[in-house]
Amino acid sequence: MATTVEKIAPVVLARGPESLWRQALGAFLKQRSAIIGVCMLVFLILIALLAPLIAPYNPVQVLIGVEDVQKRQPPCIHLLGCAVDKPQHIMGTDGNVRDEFSRIIYGARVSLYIGFVTVGVAILIGILLGSIAGYAGGRLDNLIMRTLDVLLAFPSLLLAIAIVSVLGPGLINSMLAIAIVSIPAYARVMRASVLSAKEEEYIQAARVTGVSPFWILFRHIMPNAISPLIVQGTLGIGTAILDTAALSFLGLGAQPPTPEWGSMLSAERNQVFTAPFLVFFPGLAIMLNVLSFNLIGDGLRDALDPRLRK
Amino acid sequence: MLRYIARRVLASIPVLIGVLAVTFALARLIPGNPCTAMLAEKANAETCARFNHDKGFDRPIPIQFGIYARDVLRGDLGNSIRFQRPVMQIVTERLPLTIELGVFAVLIALLIGVPAGIISAVRRNSAIDVGTMVGANIGVSMPVFWLGLMLAYVFALLLKNTPFWLPPSGRLTSGIASVPFYQVWGWNPTKDTASFHVLEFFSNLYVFNSIITFNWQVLGDALKHLILPSLALSTIPMAIIARMTRSSMLEVLGRDYVRTARAKGLAENRVILAHAFRNALLPVVTIIGLQLGTVFGGAVLTETIFGLAGVGRMLFEAISGRDYPIVQGFTLVIAVGYVLTNLLVDLSYSLFDPRIRLQ
Repeated sequence: MATTVEKIAPVVLARGPESLWRQALGAFLKQRSAIIGVCMLVFLILIALLAPLIAPYNPVQVLIGVEDVQKRQPPCIHLLGCAVDKPQHIMGTDGNVRDEFSRIIYGARVSLYIGFVTVGVAILIGILLGSIAGYAGGRLDNLIMRTLDVLLAFPSLLLAIAIVSVLGPGLINSMLAIAIVSIPAYARVMRASVLSAKEEEYIQAARVTGVSPFWILFRHIMPNAISPLIVQGTLGIGTAILDTAALSFLGLGAQPPTPEWGSMLSAERNQVFTAPFLVFFPGLAIMLNVLSFNLIGDGLRDALDPRLRK
Repeated sequence: MLRYIARRVLASIPVLIGVLAVTFALARLIPGNPCTAMLAEKANAETCARFNHDKGFDRPIPIQFGIYARDVLRGDLGNSIRFQRPVMQIVTERLPLTIELGVFAVLIALLIGVPAGIISAVRRNSAIDVGTMVGANIGVSMPVFWLGLMLAYVFALLLKNTPFWLPPSGRLTSGIASVPFYQVWGWNPTKDTASFHVLEFFSNLYVFNSIITFNWQVLGDALKHLILPSLALSTIPMAIIARMTRSSMLEVLGRDYVRTARAKGLAENRVILAHAFRNALLPVVTIIGLQLGTVFGGAVLTETIFGLAGVGRMLFEAISGRDYPIVQGFTLVIAVGYVLTNLLVDLSYSLFDPRIRLQ
């Protein structure tokens, strides 16, 4: 391993002018807030991967009869003076006598899964629709873009609620709903890139030499569209997590006993005056997760847009 | 100018037709049969056939859509299944609350977001700037429903028995009633007429109603109840407005005319507000228009948390209860409101930037 690195390093250094991506990476790493975002995200991913090692309890295990705890018991931390003979629950127990801390830990998995899958689906469909619209032009372009305009005429959360009511509640359906309402943003970015590249001479040249439209799109246009899509996508993950949590809060998303932060918060929302910690921790977790993607997204935007680079 | 306005208005018509088509499709896509939902135990093959014939559900889809469009243009949104009353009436009862909530949220967002953005741009990289931007980042990442619950916990429970106590739910304290202005003024409108519903609508805007009837007790109480929900609803728009104002101001502050204004000895405040800010305003106005969607969506969550019977809450309950006419009517009202406010925002550009008028 070490030898490979040693072999490659001088080659990279000797390469002369920096590639755009290396410059962007340099610009990205200069931003303190972006670094904080990356650290937070790495931390969250580690928590999600190592959940079984970190969580002291099974997230869906009801602890009645297992140990001496009540439902909605406030946090008990031995280090902070909680009696040692009592079982330790860092974030207390929830209304079904489950360990809140373990549920929060496992919730990181659900939340990251929601963010990546939802945005992944939306980007794929957005790229497809945007490139068809941009490449075909004319009537098809008009049809696709006007349909997407109608989607944008509805406040996104309300439209998502309506779609879930058609599909039926559940985590997958709510993710699908959020994906559908976020398609227009990606389709527009992709279409704009296709339109601006379509008339370039190198694309014309490729066409004349008989390159297939698919290959032109994939090999020549995509590289130009990729950086705005990455920025939009990273910021979109934050929004997707937030909106899916909102659907779960309304009872339309993840169903019990899935340890999803939005539905955990929702289940205890009427107990906010008696057990505020059961509302505080899931919300804080959602916020930190969304914040990490927003910080990274902002950093990427500044790094990938040469006009903003100072 | 007139041509510009006419073109913008015409351009929004296809979108409005699309909105109409979506709401029409929506009510037909929600699982479940309207006949069994409306007639409940009385539903059988015979009654359903008659019901479908009466409601026109047995006719071809394009004709159904035509009938629907005609009714909507007449202001008839059908009858609610659950309440057995015209949907339009329920809209006039529920919409004012959501409008009040939305207007206050946007006002708070503007009053805090714009100055924060300006100060951040003027004092770039100062502690104020860094603080504002960290705050804005946290603001956009915060779930509205969580913030709402936490605000309720802090202001209604922790600050109980202090002057900062604020009510966690409802529109008015029980015992305090808002008397409609038309009653105060001794008008006697005939019930169930269009003009009566218009009067109802305006009198249900409690803040407006109490101001024009000089009822300060109701005004104070209504405002007190509005603070927490509108504060929760305002965070995301506030954060986005602050960021947009900052970046737009930064761009303008580097322009030649700002340097010229300084060079000719204008007071710094005048340079910033009259020369820079006026030109930085356009992107900010656009963002405000787009944020109205966030506000309408967030209203469902805030109304749920603060026990407010507004449009968002009603829509959500209607979806769970399969009350199709309400789902259809309320979605339509919200979407049309959203399209129209964005149209107004578009038109207001020409006020801020005369170049747009001439194009």
